[in-house]
Amino acid sequence: MTGPLASNPVGRSFDPAALAARYSAVLILLLIVAGFAIAEPAFLSADTMGNTFKQASFIGIAAVGMVFVLLTAGIDLSVGSIMYLGPLLAGIAMRDMEVGVTGALLISVLAGAVMGGINAFFVVVLRIIPFITTLATLFLFRGFGAYLTSSRQLDFPDEVRSFGLAVVFGVPMPVIVFAIIVAAAYIILVHTPLGRQIYAFGNDAEGARKAGLPTARLQAFVYIASGMCASLAGFVLISQIGRLDTGFGEGREFSVIAAAVLGGASLFGGVGGAFSAVIGALTIQTVQAGLVYTGINLYLQPLLLGLVIFIAVLLDGLRQARLDDTRRRIIRPFVSAPASMSSPATRTTKEPSP
Amino acid sequence: MSALLGLHRLSKSWFGVPAVTDMTLEIPAGICLGMIGENGAGKSTLMNMIGGVVTPTSGSMTWRGEPYDPKTPADAKASGIAFIHQELNLFTNLTVAENIFIDEFPRRLGLIDKAQMIGRTRALLDRLNLHAEPETPVGSLAPGERQLVEIAKALHREAALIIFDEPTTSLTARETEKLFETIRGLRADGATIVYISHILGEVKALSDHLAVLRDGHLVDEGPIERFDIPAMINAMIGRELSAIYPPRSSQPADEVVLEADGLSQAGVVEDICFKLHRGEILGVFGLMGSGRSELARMIFGVDPTGSGTLFMHDQPVTGDTRERIARGMAFVTENRREEGLMMDATISDNLSLVTIEDYGRPPVALIDRERLKARTEGVRDEVRIKAANIATQAARALSGGNQQKVVIGKWLLGAPQLFILDEPTRGVDVGAKHEIYTIIDKLAASGSAVLLISSELEELMGTCDRILVMAQGEITGEFAKNDFSEAAIIAAAFKEVAA
Repeated sequence: MTGPLASNPVGRSFDPAALAARYSAVLILLLIVAGFAIAEPAFLSADTMGNTFKQASFIGIAAVGMVFVLLTAGIDLSVGSIMYLGPLLAGIAMRDMEVGVTGALLISVLAGAVMGGINAFFVVVLRIIPFITTLATLFLFRGFGAYLTSSRQLDFPDEVRSFGLAVVFGVPMPVIVFAIIVAAAYIILVHTPLGRQIYAFGNDAEGARKAGLPTARLQAFVYIASGMCASLAGFVLISQIGRLDTGFGEGREFSVIAAAVLGGASLFGGVGGAFSAVIGALTIQTVQAGLVYTGINLYLQPLLLGLVIFIAVLLDGLRQARLDDTRRRIIRPFVSAPASMSSPATRTTKEPSP
Repeated sequence: MSALLGLHRLSKSWFGVPAVTDMTLEIPAGICLGMIGENGAGKSTLMNMIGGVVTPTSGSMTWRGEPYDPKTPADAKASGIAFIHQELNLFTNLTVAENIFIDEFPRRLGLIDKAQMIGRTRALLDRLNLHAEPETPVGSLAPGERQLVEIAKALHREAALIIFDEPTTSLTARETEKLFETIRGLRADGATIVYISHILGEVKALSDHLAVLRDGHLVDEGPIERFDIPAMINAMIGRELSAIYPPRSSQPADEVVLEADGLSQAGVVEDICFKLHRGEILGVFGLMGSGRSELARMIFGVDPTGSGTLFMHDQPVTGDTRERIARGMAFVTENRREEGLMMDATISDNLSLVTIEDYGRPPVALIDRERLKARTEGVRDEVRIKAANIATQAARALSGGNQQKVVIGKWLLGAPQLFILDEPTRGVDVGAKHEIYTIIDKLAASGSAVLLISSELEELMGTCDRILVMAQGEITGEFAKNDFSEAAIIAAAFKEVAA
């Protein structure tokens, strides 16, 4: 599990099909880029590519958190609402308590952690399945935000925009934040016991329990991480726009989940990595940008984007089917035993000797 | 006190049904104890008590002379007891090293100390002669290699007692040989071994002490030299055939209903050949994991068949389950609760499930309720389902025996030519068992061919015309009614020669 995608280990490493499956996410991204570049060579310009990267950061940051959740075979549908409520609380603090940008950023992340904690409470303590839990909190968090604002937009002070639009050594702020989050996630997932145990849990939850792993803590961690990432993603985008509309983040949970899965994270758990979020967010953003760039019929674009996501999920399903195949119960050796080692009579006759 | 692990009048019953009774046994340090017994003899319950998975009803255990009362598997692990089960507990998406250290990674500055982890893993693998890289994902290892990883975990925790539960079922001969070498090596290093297996030759070769379990009791125990294989078999059986079996009321005809010609599926079954006649009850006996249920699922088209042909009335059978039902197959699954019944639906709905399409009334195939009702009531009387009202009562409300009758009854509605019954009396009380045996006899008498799969030999000997024995996915014996011999059949199931 040293590759950046930490993909599924089906078959030996020299199996070309397995290798292709392992890097399928990167291959798909490269194919899409190549496709658009052929249609419109200017698509490859540094400007366009840079812009794509910057715009991918928003979904990407949230997708990093989603990868953690997906690794445990869970799901977090509430990220779109967390993207809204987290920055909203930060904005209210800025308006009413004169908190600075750094403080607002921290409040936003903290609020995300609390919301993730609420999800974790339902999933881990009350054992409500993640899909239902986060579907409920999707409405809950957004509803709370609507109550706080009476569905009015919230304007942020100008200093927030100067943070959001800052460029350090030629790198825009969202990309910097994205890079930091990906690096942190990579270290956690690959180099800490916590990370490896998350993989173990996603591979076999029952086995993880039997091995005495702190499964409740692992599960709680991933939802909190997802909440923090989603809220941070929201804040980063808001800090570029400077105001928060009531509909902000609505429906984004699907782009975030799609990005994680497109990047190679499996909905069935145990497969994926920090770079899944990068590849996946880039893929989605590239398709969106490319469709606009090549001037394809505006009303055809959602259909094409949907098609790309569909293919990614289909591939995930096929991969899982293959994994299941290797886990089939085996009750006899595949290779027939040489005569010398098998028991004296492999086949007794009809008449037992008296 | 030299006993490493001592059991003192240890008992466990489930809802008043004893699984292990008054077991007293001492396991001295440094020995290899072989443990044998039929299905249901109490081996698993005993091991689960030692492993902290289930709590004994009464009795006590000692570990190194101290009282030992594990509450969780972690307690057993911490004491130094390791289990190597047939079903391995490994994470296929992690590397060999990570699997060994998953619950306690060596750390440096909060991060995993990879160098140390890999170094220690390599040392463990070298000790076991496993030539795999510590960073290989476990998912790409062969079954035998995975088992060695599991043993490496036990070594890493410096387990003093290692319990092997049917470790060789999915191993090749070479892998088995290697495992034995490893086990002998572990013993030489001072570990104590408990080796549970259905393969008596292995137990004989490996152990220096033997414990035989039957019906929850320790029935014999002693140095391995005292037991040859026939003696082992005799110690495991030795029950009277009880009188709960109704006499067979009909004779099989000559007409072949089902013929299997060399059915094989890699890793599951190998070269299965048999013929099943009209009006015949053919038993399939085998120990757990012998492939008997898998064979049933292949015949019914639920699981794929690798090679070989299945004939029904001399016509090859292909196609899916739906088609096989149309050709007259019926399958009563071993998992009544999960696969055989819709528990919350009414008894009538369950009964009519398979044949509902036959009750459509033209032009738009709305269901002919009256006709359906008449037919389901008929079946209810035929199999004697004890229920107040089959149209309103849910299947869940029935006793296990009556539920099983519903499952059989639902197939009866379609008047099938071939009945496959997989463990039809599991979890059914004795009275209901008798009724089910009577139904099976009636099925055969009315001209159906019956394939009866069971892990209870008594039951097969009491009801069948002929018994096939399976072991490790192969047919290892065939016995006509006149030749039924418990010892010979068990011997075939254990893949040994009867003496």
